[in-house]
Parts: sequence; structure tokens; C-alpha cells
Amino acid sequence: MRACKKYFSFFRLRFNMGLQYRMAAVSGAFTQILWGFMECLAFLAFRQADPAAYPMTVSATVSYVWLREAFFSAFRTWQTDGEVFDSIMDGGIAYELCRPVSVYNMWFVKTVAGRISVATLRSIPLLAVACLLPKPFRLSPPAGPVPFMLFVLTLFLGLGVTVAFCMFTYILAFFTISPQGLRMMFTSMVDFLSGAIIPLPFMPDGVRTFLELLPFAGMFNLPLRIYSGDLTGASMLRGIGLQCFWLVTLLLAGKALCRAAEHKVVVQGG
Amino acid sequence: MITAERSGMTTKIKNSSRVYFHYITISLRSAMQYRVSFFLMVTGRFLVAFNGILGVYFMFSRFGHVKGYTFGEVLLCFSVIQMDFALAECIGGGFAMFSGIVRQGEFDRILLRPRSAVLQVLGSKFRIDRIGLILQALVMFAYGIAVSPVAWTTGRVMTLLFMLVGGTILFISFFWLRAAFTFFTLEGIEAFNILTYGAKEHGKYPIDIYGKKMLQICTYIIPYTLIQYYPLQYLLGRTDRWYYGLYPFGVAGIVLVCCAVWSFGMRHYQSAGS
Repeated sequence: MRACKKYFSFFRLRFNMGLQYRMAAVSGAFTQILWGFMECLAFLAFRQADPAAYPMTVSATVSYVWLREAFFSAFRTWQTDGEVFDSIMDGGIAYELCRPVSVYNMWFVKTVAGRISVATLRSIPLLAVACLLPKPFRLSPPAGPVPFMLFVLTLFLGLGVTVAFCMFTYILAFFTISPQGLRMMFTSMVDFLSGAIIPLPFMPDGVRTFLELLPFAGMFNLPLRIYSGDLTGASMLRGIGLQCFWLVTLLLAGKALCRAAEHKVVVQGG
Repeated sequence: MITAERSGMTTKIKNSSRVYFHYITISLRSAMQYRVSFFLMVTGRFLVAFNGILGVYFMFSRFGHVKGYTFGEVLLCFSVIQMDFALAECIGGGFAMFSGIVRQGEFDRILLRPRSAVLQVLGSKFRIDRIGLILQALVMFAYGIAVSPVAWTTGRVMTLLFMLVGGTILFISFFWLRAAFTFFTLEGIEAFNILTYGAKEHGKYPIDIYGKKMLQICTYIIPYTLIQYYPLQYLLGRTDRWYYGLYPFGVAGIVLVCCAVWSFGMRHYQSAGS
């Protein structure tokens, strides 16, 4: 219980810090609304070209776009917690390692807190506006109470998977002095595979079945599709199962790797 | 009298160019100190940019065409915008990072030196690592040209050149505008990102696919169509109006506006006693 308390205080501090950037959040929300609007227009233009080939309903696509914009800041893999990264880069990590706290758990909690606070700040004005837009650009209500609850559940699980994956990029920083190039390649690959560029249903069938098995589909694509009822029944349960599997796997692998890295740590910055 | 003045101007320009090229070589040399990480970054950026094309590719493989444009045609449009943006970030990187320069007090030092502030800002932050993006744009370009059925004439080649130059200048101007606004406020600048990053992302499709309203907004309010849609129509042979190819020159207006805002901002900054 005492252990939980200290992680909770890390969470609270980081969360409050994130809430301070209000003005940036407002102009950021404005930017995102325009962005989402353009995306919807582009999707609609493609749909006009060949309505039969369009794999989702219009309202499902629009919901996908808006929800993605709203929670985008929480799920992007290339955004690592600046604080954490700096502490690795300038050697402050040496102090962290001396504390009686698991470094992995602390980073995990901090990253999650940072992301939730940014996402809360951004998503509320964005979703509010999205609900008020004229059709067909309006965010439609969820497909039902059960899909909505599952949506919220998988959203948090997806955040867990994303952050567990993020942990690997932090640990990578332990091993290489300058990991930016590798990180970029890594995260761009993940961005694409997780449906952040285009929703996975738009990929050709063979590619899609393969991608749905990877952990990335469980990050973001899954909850968004559950919301609009695009994914239901057996395939939905399979998706959730996969998500849980990857969450546990990535957490365990990450912790093991972290322990190995701690033994090997090279402290920079003298 | 006049000849003395004029030679003064040309030596000034020559000097400034020499200083600017010096900045570029310094940037290159310092990047080469950490060779491995430099090449990794360039490769990384190259691959990041590829994501965009993959998305477009998959959409086209499913739908075949959009509003009458084929994949090759869209790729050409996409690569021009990418190239514009990559060059603009490379050359105008100083403007993009301007808020950092001001915050760290570097700008005050810049103002003390006997050279144009703009030259120093642009030169000191010349982003050689953007070469990755430029390379990727070139590859896309080559592919787009090979795949799209453009009947190349001198006029069309010139149009393409004007699109590139005009587009790059337009993006640099928007970076400049954002930098100028940091003289007045440090927060809320993010809205300007729509003009640059937003345009890069959504300008990958010819603007008319977004509908008539968007076309009008992008002509009369923010002149993106001058560097993308109109010259593109001539390039793709969809219109005979060759003068569309000259539209990119219209960005000169924006440059003047940005210049004015910047000068106003600089005066405001200096009189505020920083």
C-alpha cells in the first residue's frame, strides 16, 4: 500500500504539471479541429470515387477521425516524456537509480500521467466542438452503452500498451548515446502500423490481418473502432484478448530489459 | 554618386552571401563530426516521410482515383509540396526555432552584431539534417514524373520550377510570420502551425478535392492554390491557360506582408528594452 502511495504522488505531480499548459492547449485544439476537418473532407472525397470499396460507414470514419484527434496526444509514440529523457541524457538518472523505487514503474507512471493530463486538456474542447459540427462532420454518439464501456476500457488498456512500448525507447537510450535516428525510424513504423496514418480497415486484406496480430493495432485502432460499432462480436473479443496479451508481454519484457540495462548503465554528463 | 551607392549595394549583397555560405559549411562540418548519428537521423527522417506516401498508396490501391486524379498525378503534387517544405525547413529553420532563440537570449546578441538579423537567424540555424526529407521528396518526384503522363515542354518545366521556388518561399514566409509573432506573444503560436505543417500534410492532395469552398479559401485568404492547384492544372495538361504557370509569383505579396510584420515586431522588441 505504501508503494502505491508513492507512485500515486508521482502521478499527481506530473498530471498537475501537464494541466498548466492551458493556452497552448486551446490554440492546439483549434489547430486540431481544422486538421480533423480536412481529414474528413479527404476521406469523403475518396469515398466519392468508389463508394462500394469504402470499408467503414461515413459516421464511423468521422468518429474515428475526431476521436483520434482528441486522444492523439496520449497515444503518439514519438513523444517521449521530456523529463525522463533529459534525465537519461544529462546523467540525472544516477540519482533516480539510488532511490528505493523501481525505475521502470516510476517512468511508467510518470509517462501515463503526463499523457492523460495532456489528453484531458485537449480532448474536452475538441470533442465538444466535434459534437456541434454540422452533419456529416459531426461526431456521432457511441453505438450503445456496452460499446462505450468497452471503448473506455480498451482506451486505457491501449494507453498501457503504448506506454509499455514507449518504455523500450527509454531503455534504448541507456544503450546508445544518440538514439534519435533509430527512434525516428522505430516510431514512424509504429505510427503507421497502429492505424494513426490511415485506419487499418483501409489496408488491403492480407496486410490487415497481419497487422491486427501485432501489438500496435491494440494501441489506438481497437478502441476507436469499438466506439463506432465498427468492430463487434467475436472479432472484437479477439482484439481485446490480443491487446491484453501484448500489454502483459510488453510489460514483462520491458521490465526484464530495464533490469539488464540498469546493470550496464553508463552515466553521461560526468 | 549613384554609381558609388550601387556598388555599395552589390558589395553588401556579396558579403551577405559569403557569410551565409560560410554558415552552411559550418553547419555541414559540425554535423559531420557525429557522422553515424547524422546518417541515422537522415535515414530516420527519410523513412518518416515515407509514411505519408504509404498512406496515400494504400488509399489509391483501394479506390483507384480521387476526383479524377490518378496516383501518379497526386504523387507529383505531393512531392512538390514535400520538397517545398523540406527546403523551407532547411533554409528557414531559424525562423521555425525562433521562440527558442529569443527565450535563450541569443537574439539580443544577434541584434548587437553588425549584420542583418534575418541573415544571422537563418544562417545560424541552417538545418542540414533536413537533407533526409529533401532526398525523399526527390525520390517521390522521380517516381511521380515517371508514372504520371505529363507531356513535358519547356513551359511545363518552368512551371514546375516556379512551383518549387514559390512554394518554398511561401513556407519560409509562414515560418517568418510565426517568428515575427513571437515578438508579441510566446504562447498560442501553435495556431500558426496550421499554415505550415497543416499545409504540408493536407496539401498532398490537389486542393480541389476538398471542395469548392476550400478552393476559394486557399485562393483569396491564404494563397496556397497559387503554388499548387493552378500551376498543377497546367502541368497535368488539364488546362491550356499557360499563365497559370506564372501564378507562383503571387507569393511576393505574402513576403512583403511578413517583412512588414517582422520589422514592426523588431522595433517593438527593441523599444521594450528586453
